[in-house]
Amino acid sequence: MRNVPSDSGKAGVRMDSIYLPLVRRDLTLATRTPSQWINPLLFFLIAVSLFPLGVGPDPNRLSEIAAGVIWVAALLATMLSQDSLFRTDFEDGCLEQMLTSPHPVILIVAAKVSAHWLLTGLPLILLSPLLAVLMGLSFEGWRALFFTLTLGTPILSLLGALGAALVVSVKRGGVLLSLLVLPLCIPVLIFSTTAVQTASVGLPIEGHLSLLGALLALSVTLAPVAIAGALSVTGGGN
Amino acid sequence: MWAWIHRFGSPRYFYAFAGKLLPWLAVPCIILFAVGLYLGLVVAPGDYEQGESYRIIYVHVPSAWMSMFVYVLMAVFATIGLIWRVKLAEVMATASAPIGASFTFLALVTGSIWGKPMWGTWWVWDARLTSELILLFLYFGFMALQSAIGDRQTAWRAASILLLVGVVNIPIIHYSVEWWYTLHQPATIAKFGKPSIHVSMLIPLLVMAVAFKLFYFTVLMSRVRAEILQRERRTNWVRELVSGGEL
Repeated sequence: MRNVPSDSGKAGVRMDSIYLPLVRRDLTLATRTPSQWINPLLFFLIAVSLFPLGVGPDPNRLSEIAAGVIWVAALLATMLSQDSLFRTDFEDGCLEQMLTSPHPVILIVAAKVSAHWLLTGLPLILLSPLLAVLMGLSFEGWRALFFTLTLGTPILSLLGALGAALVVSVKRGGVLLSLLVLPLCIPVLIFSTTAVQTASVGLPIEGHLSLLGALLALSVTLAPVAIAGALSVTGGGN
Repeated sequence: MWAWIHRFGSPRYFYAFAGKLLPWLAVPCIILFAVGLYLGLVVAPGDYEQGESYRIIYVHVPSAWMSMFVYVLMAVFATIGLIWRVKLAEVMATASAPIGASFTFLALVTGSIWGKPMWGTWWVWDARLTSELILLFLYFGFMALQSAIGDRQTAWRAASILLLVGVVNIPIIHYSVEWWYTLHQPATIAKFGKPSIHVSMLIPLLVMAVAFKLFYFTVLMSRVRAEILQRERRTNWVRELVSGGEL
């Protein structure tokens, strides 16, 4: 909590009182330990490039499974990076300080999740052209992949943060986190991959994107409440 | 009224109450199982298309219903536990989880046994089967989370939040899977589409459904009694119960 001025809470609920400083702090911390956010990205790249080796280099078959492969790898990469979202703050006591501070927990949660998305979701989106080339996706397919990743990765970050908040006190909770969160991510996976496949055959995908957007709206409004509730249960003290 | 609810919610009172309730649940449960199975397996006619093998419906459908009913009921217990901090709600939900998971597993197994003669394969990525499989994962998640966190109070409250999130998600998952299914596999198993069921088959199904529900509550009550005893093992009334030879 070094970067948060101690008297800022008295000014009431203002976004810049806690949200921006906390996002900046998390990004600063990430630049000092780059492996924390680069490793999941490398995992993502390697996992995707294993599939052509596994199923054969036939471009037609690859472009058929591209959407599913990229999205499942994105899911797993997000889960991999989520484990540390609250863990380090929990272990050095920062989390407890944040929870006892006068700032609303929901804003703290929103800041942590935003920072996490900037470090994992955004790079995935930026990597998507490379993956589209690797997996033989057409331009329409890549565009759909781009849109679904843009709408879908924030949902993954939110759901993963919920899992991370629930297992924060569990030693080696990474596998448990995946067990809890992956079933909840299935709708995102379904809508995204069908959107990419629909786009690849030249059909409109607005319907899929609208549904993804609805899921995003729902999770942006509801998930922080659940995450805040979970943190206040599990995050208080060792 | 409040005094009554508090007394009812106290583990000691509920232990005795559940003990008195048990025979009233268990005996009708056995009778209904006997009647339902007799009607379903002997009296009801064979199906026009599926022959005799459709009779697994009398186990499959009630267990699928129960799998969802138990999850929703657990979410209700979670709400009660989170809002009013009723200890009994925790005991009820904890005791329910393995029963619900067993119902889900039973529904999956019977569904796949039914699928072998009907569809020619043990497993089809059918929308309903898939949602049922995801429901099983949700049960596992609840149990895993509760057993992973050391402190029981924390474990229960974290698991209740997970239950509530799951309940919000279940309809979304269900519809997304259904939609995915219709997009991916057009009508390979159209004959599964439920025809309006004949009365002679419907009555045994309903009898079995009630029997399954009674079975759930019977098992729940005995599990709750065991759980209460274990949790309250340091209290005086349990010690008296044990030293008095009533156990």
